[in-house]
Amino acid sequence: MRRRVLPGLPLALGITLVYVAIIVVLPLAALVFKAASLGPADYWRIISSDRAFASYRVTVLCALAATVFNLVFGMALAWVLVRYRFPGRRLVDALVDLPFALPTAVAGIALTTLFATNGWFGAPLSLLGIKVAYTPLGIIVAMSFTSIPFIVRTVQPVLEELDPALEEAGQTLGASDLSIFVGVILPLLTPALLAGVSLSFARSLGEFGAIIFIAGNQPFSTEITALLAFIRLEEYDYPASAAIASVMLLTAFVMLAITNLMQARALRYTVRG
Amino acid sequence: MVHNRKGKPPRVGDNTVFRRSLLGIVLVFVGLMIVAPLVVIAVEAFSRGVVYFAESIADPDTRHAILLTVIAALIAVPINTAFGVAAAWAITKHDFRGKRLLTVIIELPFSVSPIVAGVAYLFVYGLQGLFGPVLQSMEIKILFALPGIVLASMFVTAPFVARELIPLMQAQGRDLEEAATSLGASGWRTFFSVTLPNIKWALLYGVVLCNSRVMGEFGAVSVVSGNIRGQTNTLPLHIELLYHDYNAAGSFAAASILACLAIVTLVVKVALERQGAGRVQRPAALAGADSIIPEVKP
Repeated sequence: MRRRVLPGLPLALGITLVYVAIIVVLPLAALVFKAASLGPADYWRIISSDRAFASYRVTVLCALAATVFNLVFGMALAWVLVRYRFPGRRLVDALVDLPFALPTAVAGIALTTLFATNGWFGAPLSLLGIKVAYTPLGIIVAMSFTSIPFIVRTVQPVLEELDPALEEAGQTLGASDLSIFVGVILPLLTPALLAGVSLSFARSLGEFGAIIFIAGNQPFSTEITALLAFIRLEEYDYPASAAIASVMLLTAFVMLAITNLMQARALRYTVRG
Repeated sequence: MVHNRKGKPPRVGDNTVFRRSLLGIVLVFVGLMIVAPLVVIAVEAFSRGVVYFAESIADPDTRHAILLTVIAALIAVPINTAFGVAAAWAITKHDFRGKRLLTVIIELPFSVSPIVAGVAYLFVYGLQGLFGPVLQSMEIKILFALPGIVLASMFVTAPFVARELIPLMQAQGRDLEEAATSLGASGWRTFFSVTLPNIKWALLYGVVLCNSRVMGEFGAVSVVSGNIRGQTNTLPLHIELLYHDYNAAGSFAAASILACLAIVTLVVKVALERQGAGRVQRPAALAGADSIIPEVKP
């Protein structure tokens, strides 16, 4: 079956390839080239230094905590938006995207002001002995804020599409709401949840703007990896910056592969027929 | 499809006590996590009074930062839009080898940390980078100047327009365009009279999201701009500078401009989603799904 060939391929593909080559591939290749020119011994020394290692630890642990919080809260938010009618539902639905629309630096100063010890949330929390700003908790708050829409927006469509007959079958058989949720609904939502979780986690690993204001940025305790790459740059230690950035790039590739896998799985359950 | 009208058994989670408590908890968290940051921006921006707010906005450095941000967006967004349309046209209306790889590369900036992007650009155009020495001998300044800011913004937003168009144009197929060209329409005519009317809302959606990100980009731009006050400070960088100068009110005044931009973006987004943009991945049968969900009576 021969298709008619539409015009415009050389021009469209030409523009696309030139843009992708100059804007995306060239800089990333230059970064890899720079990191590779270090030689294995130096490269390993830089990326496995105590300070770098502490930054991976903080970044990964905080991203995990933020993702777990987002998993629970994002799932509840999606559930409420899909299942319940209440005044202001459309407004809440629109507000879910605010963390994507709000520039990260703006989010950063707003969250820091809220959670500083004299802030609206920071003051009552400090009475309880909880410090958020300038501690790893602050990093978790900033990461949760910037990545909450991922979970809501991946779970929401699947939840909307859920066939009520499945739940009714459970109800007819006398199952409790909890056991229907755990046994029927949750398994159907799992692919979407996993896709959302991997997106949320990947975003948290790379986040910079929202975090640096609230984190305190103390080496070995509240210094994230992205900041360390930035600091090495400001110290004119370009090889170290390249090496640390290349670790982040490699992590991004791995997360991208995982996310694609998860999304492909989620899609298999979402799109039917 | 009417399962849940009055008299029918409620669905899972419709128990009144559970529903009210879950709704309550979620709304409180939305208030604390999403609404409170917005409110605090407004409150802090006016904390020293309306006059100080107006003076902060009218400050020459702030005005310059706004101007620079707008100029960067005016360059980056149209180029990015042209790229997005070209990429979507090539990928959805034609067959060629390596299409999957191309799609992955276009989506790549979405997963790369903005800081990594900024550092990567340094190794292309910086003095210690690939072209740095050549550029310096020709006295062309890319880093720590407008071109660097535009390039870094284009990297982080590269997928924005294409990502909205590709699924939609894939779903629409090629039949209409093939009919148009077989009737003798030129490629451009086919695009402007057949394709464009079908994708205009999704295109606008992508452009709005792209613009919002370009104007708000912080990480990548902070690496390549050099942070020179009154020269290469975009609005997000200027906000950081004022904040670290212990001028919180001035910082929040500048931030309130970007917060307003975010709200406008959200409003336009909702309006465009009503036109069907941004929801291509959902099957059409879902359009009426709202009607099967019971009304919650407060």
